Amino acid sequence: MSPLREPKVDLDLAREHGLSDREYQRILEILGRTPSFSELGIFSVMWSEHCSYKSSKKYLKQLPSQGPQVLQGPGENAGAVDIGDGLAVVFKIESHNHPSFIEPVQGAATGVGGILRDIFTMGARPIASLDSLRFGPLEDPKQQYLLHGVVEGIGGYGNPVGVATVGGETCFHECYRGNILVNAFNLGVVEADRIFRASAAGVGNPVIYVGSKTGRDGIHGASLLASAEFDDRAEAKRPTVQVGDPFTEKCLIEACLELMRTDLVVGIQDMGAAGLTCSSFEMASNAGTGIELDLDRVPQRETGMTPYELLLSESQERMLLVAKAGREDEVREIFERWDLDFAVVGRVTEGGRMHVRWHGKTVVDIPVDPVAKSSPELDRPAAESPALRERQKLDLASVGPEEEPEAALLALLDSPNLGSKRWIYRQYDQLVQGNTVIGPGGDAALVRIRRSDGEPTDKAVALAVDCNSRFCWLDPRAGAIAAVAEAARNVACTGARPLALTNCLNFGNPEKPDIMWEFAEATRGMGEAARALGTPVISGNVSFYNETSGRAIFPTPTIAVVGLLEPWQCHAVSAFPAAGLDVVLLGRTREELGGSAWLALRRGLEAGLPPAVDLAHEKRLHGLLAAAVARGLAQSCHDVSEGGLAVALAECCFTGRAQIGASVELADRMRPDALLFGESTGRVIVASSDSAGLLAVAAEQGVPALRIGATGGSRLRISPPRGRAWIDCEIGLLRESFERAIPRRLERA
Amino acid sequence: MFAVVQFPGSNDDRDLLFAMKSVLGCESELVWHKRAELPAGTRAVLLPGGFSYGDYLRCGAMARFSPVMAAVQRFAEAGGPLLGICNGFQVLCETGLLPGALVRNESLHFVCDSVHLRVERSARPFTTRVRSAALLRIPIKHGEGAYYAPPEEFARLEARGQILLRYCDAEGRVTPEANPNGAVGSAAGVVSERGNVMGLMPHPEHAVDARIGGRDGLAILGSLVDAVEGRA
Repeated sequence: MSPLREPKVDLDLAREHGLSDREYQRILEILGRTPSFSELGIFSVMWSEHCSYKSSKKYLKQLPSQGPQVLQGPGENAGAVDIGDGLAVVFKIESHNHPSFIEPVQGAATGVGGILRDIFTMGARPIASLDSLRFGPLEDPKQQYLLHGVVEGIGGYGNPVGVATVGGETCFHECYRGNILVNAFNLGVVEADRIFRASAAGVGNPVIYVGSKTGRDGIHGASLLASAEFDDRAEAKRPTVQVGDPFTEKCLIEACLELMRTDLVVGIQDMGAAGLTCSSFEMASNAGTGIELDLDRVPQRETGMTPYELLLSESQERMLLVAKAGREDEVREIFERWDLDFAVVGRVTEGGRMHVRWHGKTVVDIPVDPVAKSSPELDRPAAESPALRERQKLDLASVGPEEEPEAALLALLDSPNLGSKRWIYRQYDQLVQGNTVIGPGGDAALVRIRRSDGEPTDKAVALAVDCNSRFCWLDPRAGAIAAVAEAARNVACTGARPLALTNCLNFGNPEKPDIMWEFAEATRGMGEAARALGTPVISGNVSFYNETSGRAIFPTPTIAVVGLLEPWQCHAVSAFPAAGLDVVLLGRTREELGGSAWLALRRGLEAGLPPAVDLAHEKRLHGLLAAAVARGLAQSCHDVSEGGLAVALAECCFTGRAQIGASVELADRMRPDALLFGESTGRVIVASSDSAGLLAVAAEQGVPALRIGATGGSRLRISPPRGRAWIDCEIGLLRESFERAIPRRLERA
Repeated sequence: MFAVVQFPGSNDDRDLLFAMKSVLGCESELVWHKRAELPAGTRAVLLPGGFSYGDYLRCGAMARFSPVMAAVQRFAEAGGPLLGICNGFQVLCETGLLPGALVRNESLHFVCDSVHLRVERSARPFTTRVRSAALLRIPIKHGEGAYYAPPEEFARLEARGQILLRYCDAEGRVTPEANPNGAVGSAAGVVSERGNVMGLMPHPEHAVDARIGGRDGLAILGSLVDAVEGRA
């Protein structure tokens, strides 16, 4: 056997590993010697931005994460929320942006695989996925290729693994042309007293490796791929992308859930970013123990792997668990039945050190906590960009009024951002596990909860993911508030009560003060909104360095809110369910066109201040929706967002199974284009069989409400009290624009 | 006893078990693919949807070699009712218990949608709960679900009435637009010559609740129950 030849470790090599000079100095202090090559690799991934949150920690600590419903806040694989009767839901959203840009199919697939493992690691059965996707303009063939690949990857993993994809969002904007966003969300159900955590407790207990074999894929995915900017040589980083195997993941889910029904497990952690290294350090650190690992026992896909490669590989579908001593064979039996690899690779030790052997030699011997807990915390300079004030300026008087409202409505419906996403979600299994009460295409998805024995309950969770990144670009704080408010409002539109949120914070390079300022502002806004709406932040993920050749994406703090509805049998849909219902508008319309889709599409302007959010009103509105749905006063509820009232009304008409027209009259107290297309927040269109009852409850709860028309017929008519209608159009025509928006652009290529 | 076979990679197995056991109230159990025999007292066998062995090879090509399949084959050859849904249909074609094959959707995309089906014949043991020409609304979800048989063979299947369900529009018209995957003859459900084996691309187990996708799936699963319990 040839002896191990490894590069000499020095400052230059540390720099190549993405470590700063100060960080390298700190490593020398911790060890009191020069690190081995493997040790350097460990520090570089554990202290990478992706794993250590070194730039964001300071801000994340300020987010509200407590509440009587919270069973597990940030810090574990995912957060958990109590939903009553001994049940809990576990959920999280995570980014896989850079891998998906480089290799869209595998990048997106392994994004789904990774988030699923975060959920079932906690003992929960994954039941529902959402995806938040952002691409450059759809007319660009490269973006079409990326869209095809990402959708294929999400479906190609999510479908075989047997977890329904029930919703999401997809946006297209120039700023994502060189750096697409793929954020994957998953939610699982678990008995509240059966939540598992990543802990290597109990000195002498065996450390067990299960799942797939380890290969050379994904080495430095976390440190070099996720924690650095892109340039035109990004594709050379393709070998850092992992390859997904949904079949193994499916078997791993079933085997782990079976194992967790026993009393054999002490702690469990998935091998995600930084693989074996990150999982073992986190588990030891959480328990205040050490771990002794023997790399020769790690199941390997390739021969001749070095300790460095074994420790840093990000091969997928692997888990590390600590079981009770002496019961290894019971664990083995479960994994062998599912034809999965099983190996005892080490044991828990006293003294808080990580000791790794390879071919009988010690290759790593470092203290656990300085690596896992004392990773650097940075206070990077943050400063507002001088360009911000410029883009916030908008003199509406100089913006020509919309001359053709009907053409504007058709154009908005035909834009890929507002148009139907059916082409995408038709490629996902939305039904498996049989719980999808409301699938993709509505305000929020609604998913029934079953007990672990498969019997259904009267509970359902409502899920929505949102972010208007144009708002965030114009004002990161206001944009983040709007994102939380919109996601929660979407959940409330089903009748559910918003419970908690998870976030995926996609930003540019944090080493730039204006990006750090955007991050600081956005997290501040998110915190304010989460506090006001009673939806604590229970999990999340930060994705920095979303830049290519120095151009950052719009700040995109994606927010997913989860709510509870019980009994779910009483819920509201988005689209008008029948003719002859009153149409009621909840909330107040202001003359707000700043940052609107109309302004961007019809006037080519991305400017102004985003619409204001009144969080107290928003909270009252959510309460009103829950009450109205429960009392049968609201048969459909649809939130007014991008494209304003006209687009929202059109969607109410044609997104249901039946096509139901409506005739609506709006008092013309402001410029008509602001009335029709302005994006004032806190508004919901309700179809009600008892509008008098609804208005009375709204008045009691202090929510402005107005009957604006009625459903029926085959046209959408929106008019002022006197004079010609602004819009009077066959629903079929509106629907055609909406449905063809994405397919027609893909066909032309 | 209704036996729902569980392959590694099956993922509608528990939904099918729920439909048989909790919705239709039948004694049913999951049968692990490594078993050599079906449970004592098995009256019908169901092969669920999913991606057995990941479907990395041709869909269903690996599952046909699972130990339990020999017992399933004997059961069907003895005339026992056998229903394969989606991946289960693919397994039945691979095994040779049903003619033809399932190939990549014409669109080349996986498709998940609610579709209308026309029941061509009310027959034991799968469609007695509906009259001929009745319409059902049941979801599909598959990437390789376009039924194919060579023209002469398909003509024989047609002549013998083996095409039991077809994709159609909301009015019951069989049109190219209403064919979601390019299946020859818009075939969605095919039975064996004896009629005791059926392969079905749509998922009846996902249409068993009025508020979640409707109850039309029970027309098929319920017919099977009636046949087994001697009511049809």
